[in-house]
Amino acid sequence: MRTINEINEKIKNGQVVVLTAEEVIELVEKKGIKKAAQEVDVVTTGTFGPMCSSGAYFNIGHSKPRIKIGGGTCTLNDVPCYTGFAAVDIYLGATAIPDDDPRNKIYPGEFKYGGAHVIQEIVAGSDVRLEAVAYGTDCYPRKKLETLINIKDLNEAVLFNIRNAYQNYNVAVNLSDKPIYTYLGMLKPNLGNANYCSAGQLSPLLKDPYYKTIGIGTKIFLGGGIGYVAWQGTQHNPSIPRKENGIPKVPGGTLAVIGDLKQMKPEWLVGTSMLGYGVTLVVGIGVPIPVLNEEVIQYAAAKDKDICAPVVDYSSNYPQIIPGSLGEVNYEQLKSGKIIIQGKEVPTGNLSSYSRARLIAEELKSWIKKGDFTLTEPVAKLPQAESGYGFKLLKERSIITKEV
Amino acid sequence: MVSRRIVLHFPHRLVNQPIIYKLVKEYDLQFNILKAFVTPQEEGLMVLELSGKKENFAKGMEYLESCGVRIQPLSQDVVRNEDKCTNCGVCVPICPTEALVVDPQTRKVLFHNKKCIACELCVKICPPRAMEVSF
Ligand code: SF4
Ligand code: SF4
Repeated sequence: MRTINEINEKIKNGQVVVLTAEEVIELVEKKGIKKAAQEVDVVTTGTFGPMCSSGAYFNIGHSKPRIKIGGGTCTLNDVPCYTGFAAVDIYLGATAIPDDDPRNKIYPGEFKYGGAHVIQEIVAGSDVRLEAVAYGTDCYPRKKLETLINIKDLNEAVLFNIRNAYQNYNVAVNLSDKPIYTYLGMLKPNLGNANYCSAGQLSPLLKDPYYKTIGIGTKIFLGGGIGYVAWQGTQHNPSIPRKENGIPKVPGGTLAVIGDLKQMKPEWLVGTSMLGYGVTLVVGIGVPIPVLNEEVIQYAAAKDKDICAPVVDYSSNYPQIIPGSLGEVNYEQLKSGKIIIQGKEVPTGNLSSYSRARLIAEELKSWIKKGDFTLTEPVAKLPQAESGYGFKLLKERSIITKEV
Repeated sequence: MVSRRIVLHFPHRLVNQPIIYKLVKEYDLQFNILKAFVTPQEEGLMVLELSGKKENFAKGMEYLESCGVRIQPLSQDVVRNEDKCTNCGVCVPICPTEALVVDPQTRKVLFHNKKCIACELCVKICPPRAMEVSF
Protein backbone atom coordinates (compact mmCIF):
# COMPACT_ATOMS: atom_id res chain seq x y z
CA MET A 1 0.00 0.00 0.00
CA ARG A 2 2.74 2.49 0.99
CA THR A 3 6.38 2.34 2.00
CA ILE A 4 8.24 4.18 4.72
CA ASN A 5 10.06 6.15 2.02
CA GLU A 6 6.76 7.31 0.57
CA ILE A 7 5.58 8.33 4.04
CA ASN A 8 8.79 10.29 4.59
CA GLU A 9 8.24 12.09 1.26
CA LYS A 10 4.80 13.09 2.48
CA ILE A 11 6.26 14.25 5.80
CA LYS A 12 8.70 16.49 3.92
CA ASN A 13 5.93 17.85 1.67
CA GLY A 14 3.69 18.52 4.64
CA GLN A 15 1.03 16.16 3.28
CA VAL A 16 1.29 13.37 5.79
CA VAL A 17 -1.86 12.23 7.62
CA VAL A 18 -1.12 11.27 11.21
CA LEU A 19 -3.61 10.09 13.81
CA THR A 20 -3.09 9.01 17.39
CA ALA A 21 -4.04 5.44 18.28
CA GLU A 22 -7.21 6.77 19.95
CA GLU A 23 -8.20 8.74 16.86
CA VAL A 24 -7.57 5.78 14.58
CA ILE A 25 -9.91 3.63 16.67
CA GLU A 26 -12.69 6.14 16.02
CA LEU A 27 -11.88 6.44 12.33
CA VAL A 28 -11.89 2.67 11.80
CA GLU A 29 -15.21 2.42 13.63
CA LYS A 30 -16.69 5.08 11.38
CA LYS A 31 -15.18 4.23 8.02
CA GLY A 32 -13.87 0.68 8.27
CA ILE A 33 -10.39 -0.75 7.85
CA LYS A 34 -10.07 -0.29 4.10
CA LYS A 35 -10.94 3.39 4.01
CA ALA A 36 -8.93 4.18 7.13
CA ALA A 37 -5.85 2.45 5.68
CA GLN A 38 -6.14 4.56 2.54
CA GLU A 39 -6.45 7.80 4.46
CA VAL A 40 -3.93 7.43 7.26
CA ASP A 41 -0.14 7.27 6.87
CA VAL A 42 1.03 7.07 10.47
CA VAL A 43 -0.49 6.09 13.83
CA THR A 44 1.18 7.41 16.98
CA THR A 45 1.21 5.57 20.30
CA GLY A 46 2.36 6.49 23.78
CA THR A 47 3.01 5.19 27.25
CA PHE A 48 4.15 6.79 30.51
CA GLY A 49 4.79 4.29 33.26
CA PRO A 50 7.40 3.11 35.75
CA MET A 51 10.19 1.21 34.00
CA CYS A 52 12.79 -0.10 36.44
CA SER A 53 15.33 -1.40 33.92
CA SER A 54 16.30 2.12 32.92
CA GLY A 55 19.47 4.09 33.39
CA ALA A 56 21.93 6.46 31.81
CA TYR A 57 25.60 6.47 31.01
CA PHE A 58 27.88 9.46 31.15
CA ASN A 59 31.36 10.35 30.01
CA ILE A 60 32.35 13.06 32.46
CA GLY A 61 35.58 14.19 30.77
CA HIS A 62 39.12 13.75 32.07
CA SER A 63 40.25 15.54 35.20
CA LYS A 64 43.71 17.04 35.63
CA PRO A 65 45.61 15.01 36.78
CA ARG A 66 43.80 12.03 35.33
CA ILE A 67 41.75 9.58 37.37
CA LYS A 68 40.66 6.05 36.42
CA ILE A 69 37.24 5.62 37.96
CA GLY A 70 36.99 2.21 36.25
CA GLY A 71 37.42 -0.38 38.98
CA GLY A 72 36.94 2.24 41.68
CA THR A 73 33.75 3.67 43.15
CA CYS A 74 31.63 6.62 42.12
CA THR A 75 28.45 8.22 43.44
CA LEU A 76 26.18 10.95 42.08
CA ASN A 77 24.38 12.75 44.93
CA ASP A 78 25.38 9.75 47.07
CA VAL A 79 23.74 7.25 44.69
CA PRO A 80 26.27 4.61 43.58
CA CYS A 81 27.05 4.26 39.87
CA TYR A 82 28.49 1.31 37.99
CA THR A 83 32.17 1.88 37.27
CA GLY A 84 33.31 -1.25 35.45
CA PHE A 85 34.30 0.64 32.31
CA ALA A 86 37.26 2.80 31.23
CA ALA A 87 38.55 5.89 33.06
CA VAL A 88 35.61 8.30 33.07
CA ASP A 89 32.60 6.35 31.81
CA ILE A 90 29.95 5.64 34.44
CA TYR A 91 26.44 4.17 34.34
CA LEU A 92 23.69 5.16 36.74
CA GLY A 93 20.79 2.74 37.17
CA ALA A 94 17.29 4.00 37.98
CA THR A 95 16.83 1.78 41.03
CA ALA A 96 20.21 2.46 42.68
CA ILE A 97 19.93 3.96 46.16
CA PRO A 98 22.44 5.51 48.57
CA ASP A 99 24.38 3.05 50.73
CA ASP A 100 22.90 4.58 53.86
CA ASP A 101 19.27 4.38 52.74
CA PRO A 102 17.47 2.32 55.42
CA ARG A 103 15.79 0.28 52.65
CA ASN A 104 13.09 -1.96 54.12
CA LYS A 105 14.61 -2.01 57.60
CA ILE A 106 11.83 0.28 58.67
CA TYR A 107 9.03 -1.47 56.83
CA PRO A 108 7.63 -0.34 54.47
CA GLY A 109 10.69 1.62 53.36
CA GLU A 110 10.14 5.02 51.81
CA PHE A 111 12.93 4.99 49.21
CA LYS A 112 12.88 8.75 48.95
CA TYR A 113 15.80 9.22 46.60
CA GLY A 114 17.72 7.15 44.09
CA GLY A 115 19.13 6.87 40.59
CA ALA A 116 15.85 7.80 38.92
CA HIS A 117 15.66 11.06 40.87
CA VAL A 118 19.28 11.87 39.98
CA ILE A 119 18.55 11.25 36.30
CA GLN A 120 15.54 13.58 36.45
CA GLU A 121 17.65 16.29 38.13
CA ILE A 122 20.44 15.91 35.58
CA VAL A 123 17.94 16.23 32.73
CA ALA A 124 16.46 19.31 34.41
CA GLY A 125 19.90 20.93 34.22
CA SER A 126 20.70 20.83 37.94
CA ASP A 127 24.25 20.40 39.18
CA VAL A 128 24.87 17.05 40.84
CA ARG A 129 27.65 16.09 43.20
CA LEU A 130 30.11 13.48 41.91
CA GLU A 131 32.41 11.70 44.32
CA ALA A 132 34.86 9.09 43.05
CA VAL A 133 37.59 7.02 44.62
CA ALA A 134 40.18 5.22 42.49
CA TYR A 135 43.24 3.06 43.13
CA GLY A 136 45.66 5.13 41.07
CA THR A 137 47.97 3.98 38.28
CA ASP A 138 51.06 5.41 36.61
CA CYS A 139 48.97 6.92 33.82
CA TYR A 140 45.95 7.78 36.02
CA PRO A 141 47.55 8.83 39.32
CA ARG A 142 44.63 10.60 40.97
CA LYS A 143 42.81 8.70 43.73
CA LYS A 144 40.02 11.04 44.71
CA LEU A 145 37.65 13.34 42.88
CA GLU A 146 34.88 15.50 44.27
CA THR A 147 33.14 17.89 41.91
CA LEU A 148 29.82 19.24 40.75
CA ILE A 149 28.87 18.15 37.26
CA ASN A 150 26.24 19.45 34.88
CA ILE A 151 24.71 17.82 31.82
CA LYS A 152 25.81 20.66 29.55
CA ASP A 153 29.50 19.96 30.33
CA LEU A 154 29.40 16.17 29.95
CA ASN A 155 30.78 14.65 26.76
CA GLU A 156 28.00 12.09 26.50
CA ALA A 157 24.83 11.72 28.52
CA VAL A 158 22.81 8.86 27.08
CA LEU A 159 19.66 7.22 28.35
CA PHE A 160 19.97 3.48 27.77
CA ASN A 161 17.09 1.41 29.12
CA ILE A 162 17.43 -2.32 28.75
CA ARG A 163 13.75 -3.15 29.26
CA ASN A 164 10.90 -0.72 28.61
CA ALA A 165 7.42 -0.56 27.12
CA TYR A 166 6.14 -3.96 28.24
CA GLN A 167 3.55 -5.38 25.90
CA ASN A 168 0.71 -5.86 28.39
CA TYR A 169 1.09 -6.47 32.12
CA ASN A 170 -0.38 -8.24 35.13
CA VAL A 171 -3.17 -6.78 37.21
CA ALA A 172 -1.95 -7.16 40.80
CA VAL A 173 -4.15 -8.05 43.77
CA ASN A 174 -3.58 -9.24 47.31
CA LEU A 175 -5.43 -12.30 48.61
CA SER A 176 -3.73 -12.28 52.00
CA ASP A 177 -5.01 -10.53 55.10
CA LYS A 178 -2.13 -8.03 55.37
CA PRO A 179 -1.29 -5.04 53.19
CA ILE A 180 1.62 -5.69 50.84
CA TYR A 181 3.92 -3.24 49.09
CA THR A 182 4.90 -4.13 45.54
CA TYR A 183 6.27 -2.57 42.39
CA LEU A 184 2.62 -2.29 41.37
CA GLY A 185 1.88 -0.20 44.44
CA MET A 186 0.33 -0.86 47.81
CA LEU A 187 -2.17 -3.70 47.69
CA LYS A 188 -4.80 -3.72 50.38
CA PRO A 189 -5.63 -7.07 51.99
CA ASN A 190 -8.46 -9.34 50.88
CA LEU A 191 -8.77 -7.98 47.34
CA GLY A 192 -8.90 -4.38 48.58
CA ASN A 193 -7.69 -2.96 45.28
CA ALA A 194 -6.40 -4.09 41.88
CA ASN A 195 -3.49 -2.19 40.34
CA TYR A 196 -2.55 -2.34 36.68
CA CYS A 197 0.14 -0.73 34.58
CA SER A 198 -0.42 -0.15 30.90
CA ALA A 199 -1.71 2.53 28.58
CA GLY A 200 -3.90 -0.18 26.98
CA GLN A 201 -5.15 1.02 23.61
CA LEU A 202 -2.39 3.66 23.40
CA SER A 203 0.51 1.40 24.38
CA PRO A 204 3.10 0.93 21.59
CA LEU A 205 3.58 -2.84 21.50
CA LEU A 206 -0.14 -3.54 21.96
CA LYS A 207 -0.76 -1.68 18.70
CA ASP A 208 1.75 -3.75 16.75
CA PRO A 209 1.31 -7.08 18.50
CA TYR A 210 3.44 -9.11 16.05
CA TYR A 211 6.24 -6.50 15.82
CA LYS A 212 5.62 -6.06 12.10
CA THR A 213 6.68 -2.41 11.98
CA ILE A 214 8.51 -1.84 15.26
CA GLY A 215 12.01 -3.28 15.10
CA ILE A 216 15.63 -2.60 15.90
CA GLY A 217 16.46 0.91 14.69
CA THR A 218 12.92 2.30 14.93
CA LYS A 219 13.04 6.00 15.76
CA ILE A 220 10.85 6.90 18.74
CA PHE A 221 9.82 9.61 21.21
CA LEU A 222 11.92 8.94 24.30
CA GLY A 223 11.75 11.04 27.43
CA GLY A 224 10.71 14.11 25.47
CA GLY A 225 13.53 13.75 22.93
CA ILE A 226 14.39 11.42 20.09
CA GLY A 227 15.50 7.87 20.74
CA TYR A 228 15.78 4.55 19.00
CA VAL A 229 14.88 0.95 19.64
CA ALA A 230 18.30 -0.56 20.32
CA TRP A 231 17.38 -4.22 20.70
CA GLN A 232 14.61 -6.37 22.08
CA GLY A 233 14.27 -5.62 25.78
CA THR A 234 15.37 -8.14 28.37
CA GLN A 235 12.71 -10.78 29.10
CA HIS A 236 11.27 -10.16 25.61
CA ASN A 237 8.78 -12.98 25.35
CA PRO A 238 7.03 -13.20 22.00
CA SER A 239 6.09 -16.87 22.42
CA ILE A 240 3.21 -16.34 24.86
CA PRO A 241 -0.48 -17.16 24.46
CA ARG A 242 -2.30 -14.63 22.34
CA LYS A 243 -5.93 -13.80 21.64
CA GLU A 244 -7.37 -14.26 18.14
CA ASN A 245 -6.54 -10.60 17.50
CA GLY A 246 -2.85 -11.37 18.11
CA ILE A 247 -2.66 -9.48 21.38
CA PRO A 248 -0.73 -11.24 24.15
CA LYS A 249 -2.85 -12.37 27.08
CA VAL A 250 0.09 -11.99 29.47
CA PRO A 251 3.24 -9.81 29.51
CA GLY A 252 4.90 -10.34 26.11
CA GLY A 253 7.41 -8.30 24.14
CA THR A 254 9.68 -5.56 25.47
CA LEU A 255 12.04 -2.95 24.02
CA ALA A 256 15.56 -1.81 24.84
CA VAL A 257 15.78 1.88 23.96
CA ILE A 258 18.51 4.46 23.69
CA GLY A 259 18.65 8.22 23.18
CA ASP A 260 20.52 11.44 23.85
CA LEU A 261 19.66 12.55 27.39
CA LYS A 262 20.70 16.10 26.54
CA GLN A 263 17.57 16.58 24.42
CA MET A 264 15.19 15.03 26.92
CA LYS A 265 12.91 16.77 29.41
CA PRO A 266 12.29 16.24 33.12
CA GLU A 267 8.50 16.04 32.59
CA TRP A 268 9.01 12.82 30.65
CA LEU A 269 11.58 11.16 32.93
CA VAL A 270 10.25 11.24 36.47
CA GLY A 271 11.97 9.80 39.53
CA THR A 272 9.47 7.99 41.74
CA SER A 273 9.42 6.09 45.03
CA MET A 274 7.41 2.91 45.46
CA LEU A 275 6.64 2.50 49.14
CA GLY A 276 8.21 -0.71 50.48
CA TYR A 277 9.68 -1.55 47.09
CA GLY A 278 12.23 0.94 45.81
CA VAL A 279 13.03 3.73 43.42
CA THR A 280 12.04 3.65 39.76
CA LEU A 281 11.98 5.88 36.72
CA VAL A 282 8.73 6.77 34.96
CA VAL A 283 9.62 6.93 31.27
CA GLY A 284 7.66 8.49 28.44
CA ILE A 285 7.83 6.55 25.19
CA GLY A 286 5.98 7.07 21.94
CA VAL A 287 6.34 4.91 18.86
CA PRO A 288 5.09 5.82 15.37
CA ILE A 289 3.46 3.02 13.40
CA PRO A 290 3.66 3.41 9.61
CA VAL A 291 0.45 2.23 7.93
CA LEU A 292 2.13 -0.01 5.37
CA ASN A 293 -1.04 -2.00 4.70
CA GLU A 294 -4.51 -2.80 5.99
CA GLU A 295 -3.25 -5.40 8.41
CA VAL A 296 -1.13 -2.80 10.24
CA ILE A 297 -4.07 -0.47 10.80
CA GLN A 298 -6.31 -3.31 11.86
CA TYR A 299 -3.89 -4.15 14.65
CA ALA A 300 -3.41 -0.48 15.51
CA ALA A 301 -7.17 -0.04 15.91
CA ALA A 302 -7.47 -2.54 18.78
CA LYS A 303 -9.59 -1.07 21.57
CA ASP A 304 -9.29 -1.28 25.34
CA LYS A 305 -12.12 -3.81 25.18
CA ASP A 306 -10.03 -6.07 22.91
CA ILE A 307 -7.01 -6.10 25.22
CA CYS A 308 -7.06 -8.46 28.20
CA ALA A 309 -4.75 -8.76 31.17
CA PRO A 310 -4.41 -11.53 33.77
CA VAL A 311 -5.27 -10.86 37.42
CA VAL A 312 -2.45 -12.19 39.60
CA ASP A 313 -2.16 -12.57 43.37
CA TYR A 314 1.00 -10.77 44.55
CA SER A 315 0.88 -12.08 48.13
CA SER A 316 1.74 -15.64 47.20
CA ASN A 317 1.43 -16.64 43.50
CA TYR A 318 3.74 -13.98 42.11
CA PRO A 319 6.57 -14.16 44.69
CA GLN A 320 6.54 -17.95 44.90
CA ILE A 321 6.07 -18.44 41.14
CA ILE A 322 2.91 -20.47 41.60
CA PRO A 323 1.15 -20.54 38.23
CA GLY A 324 -2.44 -19.46 38.11
CA SER A 325 -4.42 -16.36 37.42
CA LEU A 326 -7.61 -15.18 39.07
CA GLY A 327 -9.13 -14.50 35.71
CA GLU A 328 -8.87 -12.11 32.84
CA VAL A 329 -10.12 -8.55 32.58
CA ASN A 330 -9.99 -6.09 29.72
CA TYR A 331 -8.72 -2.53 29.85
CA GLU A 332 -12.17 -1.05 29.40
CA GLN A 333 -13.21 -2.79 32.63
CA LEU A 334 -10.00 -1.74 34.36
CA LYS A 335 -10.51 1.86 33.34
CA SER A 336 -14.11 1.90 34.57
CA GLY A 337 -12.64 2.02 38.08
CA LYS A 338 -13.79 -1.38 39.29
CA ILE A 339 -13.56 -5.00 38.28
CA ILE A 340 -15.14 -8.15 39.67
CA ILE A 341 -12.79 -10.78 41.10
CA GLN A 342 -14.12 -13.89 42.83
CA GLY A 343 -17.52 -12.22 42.96
CA LYS A 344 -16.17 -9.17 44.72
CA GLU A 345 -16.18 -5.64 43.34
CA VAL A 346 -12.60 -4.38 43.52
CA PRO A 347 -11.54 -0.76 42.84
CA THR A 348 -8.72 -0.33 40.30
CA GLY A 349 -5.72 1.97 40.16
CA ASN A 350 -3.38 2.56 37.23
CA LEU A 351 0.34 3.06 37.70
CA SER A 352 0.75 4.21 34.13
CA SER A 353 -0.65 7.66 33.37
CA TYR A 354 -3.15 7.41 30.55
CA SER A 355 -3.53 11.18 30.24
CA ARG A 356 0.24 11.54 29.81
CA ALA A 357 0.31 8.65 27.29
CA ARG A 358 -2.27 10.59 25.31
CA LEU A 359 -0.08 13.72 25.42
CA ILE A 360 2.90 11.73 24.13
CA ALA A 361 0.92 10.34 21.20
CA GLU A 362 -0.25 13.89 20.42
CA GLU A 363 3.23 15.36 20.77
CA LEU A 364 4.73 12.77 18.44
CA LYS A 365 1.93 13.41 15.99
CA SER A 366 2.71 17.12 15.96
CA TRP A 367 6.44 16.47 15.45
CA ILE A 368 5.68 14.32 12.42
CA LYS A 369 3.16 16.78 10.99
CA LYS A 370 5.61 19.65 11.38
CA GLY A 371 8.21 17.67 9.48
CA ASP A 372 10.57 17.48 12.46
CA PHE A 373 10.39 13.72 12.75
CA THR A 374 10.70 11.26 9.89
CA LEU A 375 10.27 7.52 10.20
CA THR A 376 13.01 4.92 10.01
CA GLU A 377 13.04 1.50 8.42
CA PRO A 378 13.99 -1.06 11.09
CA VAL A 379 17.41 -2.58 10.41
CA ALA A 380 16.43 -5.94 11.92
CA LYS A 381 13.28 -7.52 13.30
CA LEU A 382 12.61 -8.16 16.97
CA PRO A 383 12.42 -11.89 17.74
CA GLN A 384 9.05 -12.88 16.31
CA ALA A 385 6.14 -14.86 17.71
CA GLU A 386 7.08 -18.13 16.00
CA SER A 387 10.82 -17.74 16.51
CA GLY A 388 10.97 -19.91 19.62
CA TYR A 389 12.67 -17.04 21.42
CA GLY A 390 11.40 -16.94 24.98
CA PHE A 391 11.94 -16.31 28.59
CA LYS A 392 13.21 -18.86 31.09
CA LEU A 393 13.31 -19.09 34.84
CA LEU A 394 16.67 -19.44 36.54
CA LYS A 395 17.84 -23.00 36.94
CA GLU A 396 19.67 -23.00 40.25
CA ARG A 397 22.63 -25.37 40.54
CA SER A 398 24.78 -26.08 43.55
CA ILE A 399 28.25 -24.59 43.51
CA ILE A 400 30.78 -27.38 43.93
CA THR A 401 34.06 -26.08 45.27
CA LYS A 402 37.06 -28.19 44.45
CA GLU A 403 39.12 -29.23 47.45
CA VAL A 404 42.78 -28.58 46.80
CA MET B 1 -19.58 25.61 74.34
CA VAL B 2 -16.92 24.52 71.91
CA SER B 3 -17.28 22.61 68.71
CA ARG B 4 -14.38 21.09 66.81
CA ARG B 5 -13.68 18.74 63.97
CA ILE B 6 -11.13 16.12 64.85
CA VAL B 7 -9.72 12.91 63.39
CA LEU B 8 -9.34 10.00 65.81
CA HIS B 9 -6.91 7.19 65.09
CA PHE B 10 -7.76 4.00 66.98
CA PRO B 11 -5.05 1.37 67.18
CA HIS B 12 -6.19 -2.12 66.15
CA ARG B 13 -6.73 -3.29 69.74
CA LEU B 14 -9.22 -0.49 70.43
CA VAL B 15 -11.33 -0.84 67.32
CA ASN B 16 -14.02 -2.84 69.09
CA GLN B 17 -14.06 -0.87 72.35
CA PRO B 18 -17.04 1.36 73.35
CA ILE B 19 -14.87 4.46 73.63
CA ILE B 20 -17.17 6.93 71.94
CA TYR B 21 -20.07 5.73 74.06
CA LYS B 22 -18.12 6.54 77.20
CA LEU B 23 -17.06 9.88 75.81
CA VAL B 24 -20.68 10.86 75.35
CA LYS B 25 -21.95 9.45 78.58
CA GLU B 26 -19.27 10.57 81.01
CA TYR B 27 -18.23 13.88 79.49
CA ASP B 28 -21.58 14.98 78.15
CA LEU B 29 -20.27 15.69 74.67
CA GLN B 30 -22.32 15.68 71.50
CA PHE B 31 -20.93 14.20 68.37
CA ASN B 32 -21.59 13.93 64.74
CA ILE B 33 -19.72 11.22 62.83
CA LEU B 34 -18.51 12.64 59.54
CA LYS B 35 -16.52 9.61 58.44
CA ALA B 36 -15.51 6.28 59.91
CA PHE B 37 -13.61 3.36 58.49
CA VAL B 38 -10.87 0.82 59.10
CA THR B 39 -7.64 1.43 57.18
CA PRO B 40 -5.63 -1.32 55.46
CA GLN B 41 -3.29 -1.23 58.45
CA GLU B 42 -6.38 -2.07 60.52
CA GLU B 43 -6.31 1.19 62.33
CA GLY B 44 -9.76 2.63 63.03
CA LEU B 45 -10.22 6.13 61.70
CA MET B 46 -13.04 8.40 62.68
CA VAL B 47 -13.73 11.98 61.77
CA LEU B 48 -15.98 13.64 64.32
CA GLU B 49 -17.54 16.94 64.94
CA LEU B 50 -17.49 17.13 68.72
CA SER B 51 -19.19 19.76 70.85
CA GLY B 52 -19.79 20.38 74.53
CA LYS B 53 -18.71 22.51 77.48
CA LYS B 54 -15.12 23.70 77.25
CA GLU B 55 -13.89 21.90 80.40
CA ASN B 56 -15.72 18.70 79.44
CA PHE B 57 -14.20 18.86 76.00
CA ALA B 58 -10.68 19.07 77.44
CA LYS B 59 -11.37 16.18 79.82
CA GLY B 60 -12.84 14.14 77.01
CA MET B 61 -9.69 14.63 74.98
CA GLU B 62 -7.60 13.56 77.95
CA TYR B 63 -9.71 10.46 78.30
CA LEU B 64 -9.24 9.56 74.62
CA GLU B 65 -5.48 10.02 74.83
CA SER B 66 -5.32 7.90 77.98
CA CYS B 67 -7.02 5.08 76.06
CA GLY B 68 -4.33 5.27 73.36
CA VAL B 69 -6.36 7.08 70.73
CA ARG B 70 -4.32 9.51 68.64
CA ILE B 71 -6.08 12.82 68.06
CA GLN B 72 -5.43 14.92 65.03
CA PRO B 73 -7.08 18.29 64.50
CA LEU B 74 -8.63 18.62 61.07
CA SER B 75 -6.90 21.93 60.49
CA GLN B 76 -4.03 19.99 58.97
CA ASP B 77 -4.33 19.87 55.24
CA VAL B 78 -3.18 17.62 52.45
CA VAL B 79 -2.52 19.44 49.21
CA ARG B 80 -1.46 18.25 45.82
CA ASN B 81 1.65 19.58 44.14
CA GLU B 82 0.27 19.87 40.62
CA ASP B 83 3.74 20.07 39.07
CA LYS B 84 4.66 16.71 40.53
CA CYS B 85 1.44 14.76 39.91
CA THR B 86 1.68 12.57 36.79
CA ASN B 87 -2.03 11.73 36.87
CA CYS B 88 -1.33 8.03 37.12
CA GLY B 89 -4.25 7.09 39.35
CA VAL B 90 -2.66 4.63 41.74
CA CYS B 91 -3.93 6.73 44.66
CA VAL B 92 -7.56 6.45 43.58
CA PRO B 93 -8.45 3.08 45.18
CA ILE B 94 -6.46 4.00 48.30
CA CYS B 95 -8.38 7.17 49.16
CA PRO B 96 -11.19 6.24 51.58
CA THR B 97 -13.36 9.28 50.85
CA GLU B 98 -13.24 9.48 47.04
CA ALA B 99 -11.38 12.76 47.27
CA LEU B 100 -9.18 11.41 44.48
CA VAL B 101 -11.11 10.30 41.39
CA VAL B 102 -10.43 9.80 37.70
CA ASP B 103 -12.19 12.08 35.24
CA PRO B 104 -13.55 9.62 32.68
CA GLN B 105 -13.04 12.04 29.79
CA THR B 106 -9.61 13.51 30.36
CA ARG B 107 -8.36 10.48 32.36
CA LYS B 108 -6.80 12.98 34.73
CA VAL B 109 -6.98 12.42 38.46
CA LEU B 110 -9.08 15.07 40.18
CA PHE B 111 -8.40 16.04 43.76
CA HIS B 112 -11.43 17.31 45.70
CA ASN B 113 -9.86 19.04 48.63
CA LYS B 114 -13.25 19.42 50.37
CA LYS B 115 -13.74 15.67 50.59
CA CYS B 116 -10.22 15.09 51.88
CA ILE B 117 -10.02 14.20 55.58
CA ALA B 118 -6.22 14.41 55.65
CA CYS B 119 -5.84 10.75 56.58
CA GLU B 120 -2.51 10.85 54.70
CA LEU B 121 -2.93 7.37 53.22
CA CYS B 122 -2.10 8.70 49.77
CA VAL B 123 0.98 10.65 50.85
CA LYS B 124 3.54 7.86 50.88
CA ILE B 125 1.98 5.70 48.17
CA CYS B 126 2.06 8.46 45.55
CA PRO B 127 5.09 7.50 43.41
CA PRO B 128 6.30 11.06 42.65
CA ARG B 129 5.20 12.13 46.17
CA ALA B 130 2.87 14.80 44.88
CA MET B 131 0.51 14.70 47.88
CA GLU B 132 2.01 16.97 50.51
CA VAL B 133 1.03 17.62 54.11
CA SER B 134 0.87 21.27 54.99
CA PHE B 135 0.39 22.54 58.51
S1 SF4 C 1 -0.64 8.77 42.89
FE1 SF4 C 1 0.27 10.81 42.95
S2 SF4 C 1 0.95 11.17 40.85
FE2 SF4 C 1 -0.50 9.48 40.76
S3 SF4 C 1 -2.47 10.51 40.38
FE3 SF4 C 1 -2.30 10.25 42.59
S4 SF4 C 1 -1.44 12.21 43.27
FE4 SF4 C 1 -1.07 12.11 41.08
S1 SF4 D 1 -5.29 12.39 52.65
FE1 SF4 D 1 -5.30 11.44 50.62
S2 SF4 D 1 -6.20 9.42 50.93
FE2 SF4 D 1 -6.71 10.64 52.75
S3 SF4 D 1 -8.69 11.54 52.28
FE3 SF4 D 1 -7.18 13.04 51.63
S4 SF4 D 1 -6.85 12.58 49.47
FE4 SF4 D 1 -7.88 10.79 50.34
